[in-house]
Amino acid sequence: MSLLLENIRKTYRQPEGGRLPVLGIEHFQLQRGEQAALIGSSGGGKTTLLNIIAGILTPDSGQVVIDGRDIVTMPEVVRDRYRASRIGIVFQTFNLLPAFTALENVMLGMTFSGRGVDQNFARELLQRVGLGHRLHHSPKRLSVGEQQRVAVARSLANKPVLLLADEPTANVDPANQQLILDLIRDSCRDHNVSLLLVTHSMEAAASFQRIERLQDFNRPELCAPERSA
Amino acid sequence: MSLLRIAWKNILQRRVASLLTSLSIGLGVMLMVLVLVIAGAVETAFTQRSIGYDLIVGPKGSDLQLVLSAVYRVQPPIENLPYMYLEQIRADRRVISAVPLAFGDVTQQGSFPIVGTTPEFFENDYMPGRKFRFRGGRIDSLFDAIIGAEVARTNGWDVGTQFSILHGGAQGSLHDELFTVVAVLEPTGTANDRTVFLNLQGFYAIEGHEKPIDEVEKRLRDFYAADPQRLTSAMQQLEQYRVRRAANPSIPEGQAMDSPPAMQEVTAILVKTRPATPFDAISLSSELQKGFQAMAVNPIRPIQRFMASVVGNIQKALVVLTAIIILVSGVGIFVSIYNSMVDRRREIGVMRALGAARHHVFGIILAEASLLCLGGAVGGWLAGHALAIVASPWVIQQTGLLIDPWAISAVEAILFPALGLLGVLVGFLPALTAYRTDVAEALSS
Repeated sequence: MSLLLENIRKTYRQPEGGRLPVLGIEHFQLQRGEQAALIGSSGGGKTTLLNIIAGILTPDSGQVVIDGRDIVTMPEVVRDRYRASRIGIVFQTFNLLPAFTALENVMLGMTFSGRGVDQNFARELLQRVGLGHRLHHSPKRLSVGEQQRVAVARSLANKPVLLLADEPTANVDPANQQLILDLIRDSCRDHNVSLLLVTHSMEAAASFQRIERLQDFNRPELCAPERSA
Repeated sequence: MSLLRIAWKNILQRRVASLLTSLSIGLGVMLMVLVLVIAGAVETAFTQRSIGYDLIVGPKGSDLQLVLSAVYRVQPPIENLPYMYLEQIRADRRVISAVPLAFGDVTQQGSFPIVGTTPEFFENDYMPGRKFRFRGGRIDSLFDAIIGAEVARTNGWDVGTQFSILHGGAQGSLHDELFTVVAVLEPTGTANDRTVFLNLQGFYAIEGHEKPIDEVEKRLRDFYAADPQRLTSAMQQLEQYRVRRAANPSIPEGQAMDSPPAMQEVTAILVKTRPATPFDAISLSSELQKGFQAMAVNPIRPIQRFMASVVGNIQKALVVLTAIIILVSGVGIFVSIYNSMVDRRREIGVMRALGAARHHVFGIILAEASLLCLGGAVGGWLAGHALAIVASPWVIQQTGLLIDPWAISAVEAILFPALGLLGVLVGFLPALTAYRTDVAEALSS
């Protein structure tokens, strides 16, 4: 099993006091190599959920088990390295670092995993996403579609067990949306990586066999928010 | 990819701002290097290395004045010593060379000091291991002169030039004698470059340099009051001279060609002691110190005192000033990086999301600040020395100060560690900001 969520609760502190419940998930799991689309409306807690799964945010309670280990109980340093080595992330805004070339952006993903940088594999990944001729181009010299392909290659750089994609086609022109989506799905399939794609677009989710609606299992009311004094 | 490489790429990403901040550090370092190179040259010119003698013997008085007048020729002489005293010093078994200097006059053109001396002066090293080299011939006749490189350059003199001298300094009366340049010294970076050397006997032969016999007798009686044997010898010489003059009144009183050693004086004596027994100089100096006639000083000590109390403080002030410039430049780097942190918040969030730990991003920012400081330091250091190389011929020509553009001072040795530390200090707060970055917030910003 790649991902298991148990009794996840998350609240945010409100400026006026008290806490706002945003996430309440009792159970969710994803098998190794499985692909699922998670549909939710804006502000519905999608990004919060992804951040919790990635170990960027810590839930108030619950378990986030990735590749057999609960990342919630890990010390932050261990969790950072675990994230680098087990989880790939594709952001909605690509988030390529402008100081680095396409190849360096992919290698940057390898830098923090503790496994060392494999430049040949980074080249291979970029060639697979059709950017073998753009290795040394900076992000600003790449088209939007090309940037997202670099982001996909970077997310796979550390041979993760789980890939989290946050609205990966939201900023891509309609002509490229399906191409990007296919690229992500095919890449995950090729590397036996589980995929959790979060989107608000039914079109983007349509090709997935497993489609979950966040509102179906997100029950923030299960969180026990503190009342302001 | 190492953290240093990531830091370097980030610097390149903001290359204009990075270049400007690093440049400001570089300019500060360049100024400091130039100050240190010049300070080193001044120190070299004013230390033991600038003279190849162990002791300077002169009349009792200020040791600093004796050194400044005999070695650097920037002060008037204190008084004179009897020539017989030179012979006495030469006879000491500890002394391997005693060179007389007689001075006090200056050239009419350019007011360069005149020094009467013996050929031994040019045979000895003017600095340890450095011999005089000159263009032209030797001093053969009474009014031949050898001139320093600076004298030749400033006055436009060369071999064959004739010149006049003024008695007792720039305000003195003009001597009638005309001197002829027979040789020009190559630059030495010492006071010799701006000195005109005469034959000692020629110096004595200048009209007006003679003293009345009665005055000489009085001075010798004072000088040798505690040494009746030498006093008797001196008085005998004077008496014989009196008799000779009475027999031939046409000879002017004190005329050098005729006068005995007792009638002659020297202004200072440069002494080299036996190199194998370094305590010779100390024992000779302390013996002379006990007497009341003369003193022998180590040429370095008074100058070191002078350097420490006056010149050294000026140098320190300049070094401190350039250090402040570097610190201010460091603040510039701090401001530049700190301001960029707002724009780079998202990038830091992305790196953290890719698995970078807090200490990674902390280290990257710290490395950026250190690279900017050290890059500026290396650039400034090279530029400083390059400028010194380019300017040294001009400085030597203008001032006679021998610049060694690649002389590394102790301050320079600590410059790079210090600037590395400065980088750490100025990078610390921005690095802490990066360390504390909330990844989720940064990614959503």
